[in-house]
Amino acid sequence: MTQSTPLLKVDNAGIRFGGLRAVADVNVELFQGELVGLIGPNGAGKTTFFNLLTGVYVPTEGSILLNGEKLHNLAPYRITRKGISRTFQNIRLFGELSVIDNVKVAYHSLAKHSILSSIFRLPSHFSGEKEMDEKAVAFLKIFGLDRYKDEKANNLPYGQQRRLEIARALAANPKLLLLDEPAAGMNPQETKELMNLIALIREKFDLTVLLIEHDMGLVMGVCERIYVLDHGQLIADGTPEEIRNNPKVIEAYLGEEVS
Amino acid sequence: MKLFKQSKSFWFFILLSLAAFGIIQALIITGMLNGFYVNTIIFVAINIILAVSLHLIIGITGQFSIGHAGFLAVGAYASAIITMKLQLPFAAAIIVAGLTAAFTGLLIGIPSLRLKGDYLAIATLGFGEIVRIVLLNVDYVGGASGMQVSHLTTWGWAFTCMLIAIIVIVNFTNSTHGRACISIREDETAADAMGINTTLYKVVAFAIGAFFAGIAGALYAHNFYIIQPSNFGFLKSFDILIFVVLGGLGSLSGSVIAAILLTIISTFLQEYPETRMIIYSLVLIVTMLYRPQGLMGTREITSLFKKRKAAEGGTQDDSKHTVA
Repeated sequence: MTQSTPLLKVDNAGIRFGGLRAVADVNVELFQGELVGLIGPNGAGKTTFFNLLTGVYVPTEGSILLNGEKLHNLAPYRITRKGISRTFQNIRLFGELSVIDNVKVAYHSLAKHSILSSIFRLPSHFSGEKEMDEKAVAFLKIFGLDRYKDEKANNLPYGQQRRLEIARALAANPKLLLLDEPAAGMNPQETKELMNLIALIREKFDLTVLLIEHDMGLVMGVCERIYVLDHGQLIADGTPEEIRNNPKVIEAYLGEEVS
Repeated sequence: MKLFKQSKSFWFFILLSLAAFGIIQALIITGMLNGFYVNTIIFVAINIILAVSLHLIIGITGQFSIGHAGFLAVGAYASAIITMKLQLPFAAAIIVAGLTAAFTGLLIGIPSLRLKGDYLAIATLGFGEIVRIVLLNVDYVGGASGMQVSHLTTWGWAFTCMLIAIIVIVNFTNSTHGRACISIREDETAADAMGINTTLYKVVAFAIGAFFAGIAGALYAHNFYIIQPSNFGFLKSFDILIFVVLGGLGSLSGSVIAAILLTIISTFLQEYPETRMIIYSLVLIVTMLYRPQGLMGTREITSLFKKRKAAEGGTQDDSKHTVA
């Protein structure tokens, strides 16, 4: 945390929907290689914040910088190409596509062969597709998904679908990975495997991770720092230990003490 | 090895279709098929082109467009102008028809593809009607009485265009670009989040679809002796839509099969004009009741062969899995 420029700097960002300030005055700094948690009660604006980062919503206030570069008004696909990739709270795989094709879609922006070369089946089409295929197989091996590679994504068991979604997000070659409740609906065994997976990918891909999670065991266990959102505003940030004892956080989660 | 296999099935397909072409051509030359049947076969080919071009837009990219007859009309009139007013050869007319329709597709697609679902359907429906009404009011192309067109469409032209349409759309679909389009159909938000330029691919699919609809328009115009704006109403759009839906959304071979079956059914029902639409509608209702996913679902004919292999491989994998 001694580096001077953060990988992601969110400066007073916020968004209004009409009169409703869904997220306001959020200041977040993430440094290269960190694993940071984002927690908060339901409806606190966590997913909305992710949508701001990924360009689904355009912030009405403040600014978001990735490596010092402003992301304002970029289309979501451009932001992904700049290095922010995400998973979704409710899994959004390309269900009718095979597992390997899901990963290949993430490689699409790196494809060297043009539409015309594919239509006329020029040599560049074959070499490009072959390269993609080999890369995707090797990639699926890391996640232990290669044995499902020709299976439709819809037919995977739930835990593997989550895994595939993370794999797909990583295939887009991000610097910053946003995980939106990756452990939602998982049993303790699957959650444990997920924690191992997150540790593995951080090591392997030199990643920075921002994690939304309700499973406190997971958040407190793996995150180095935690931000807490409530009613669209940051109410605390610090180490898991600090957050655990922060009266504001306890109040947000458990309600105010009756005195 | 995989590439070799792909091209092998490709050449098999080419050989098979050339054989079919040769047989029909021989039957035509020897006079064993009379004019009525030849016309029906050409009409089948035209409808296949229309079906696969709309399949790319609706079945692959998931953009529910119901103004396809608009592109057909643009192609028909553009080609008729080329051959009848400018006296240029039919080949030029086909190409110009395709390009004009593709350009119209771009023009319509760029603003309207921002819309989703029902809204896009209404916008494209509106586009189809606008084309019809514009043609109705332009005297240069004959207004409501239409345009005289000479009969130039032959089985050879229709077959060549059909083959090219199928090959181009299959090649496009089975590439990273096609996968990008399918990802938009499956989940546009996720496609965007994976770095797919969704607007670009929707417009590209729309333009390619419009291009081939335009080519179908050229063949259509020169298969009859006259074209009128009333040939291109929204009922025509629904005819094409029915091929795609009945064949199974997302299945190219399904839409081809549906186009063949429905064209033949409706041609032979012309002998019973009073009950024609009733029987036709009943066929549709019964099919949709018993196969709501369409004739082929999302599968292709080729996957029927592959499926068997995959199933064998699958059991092997499973046994390995249980051992381990």
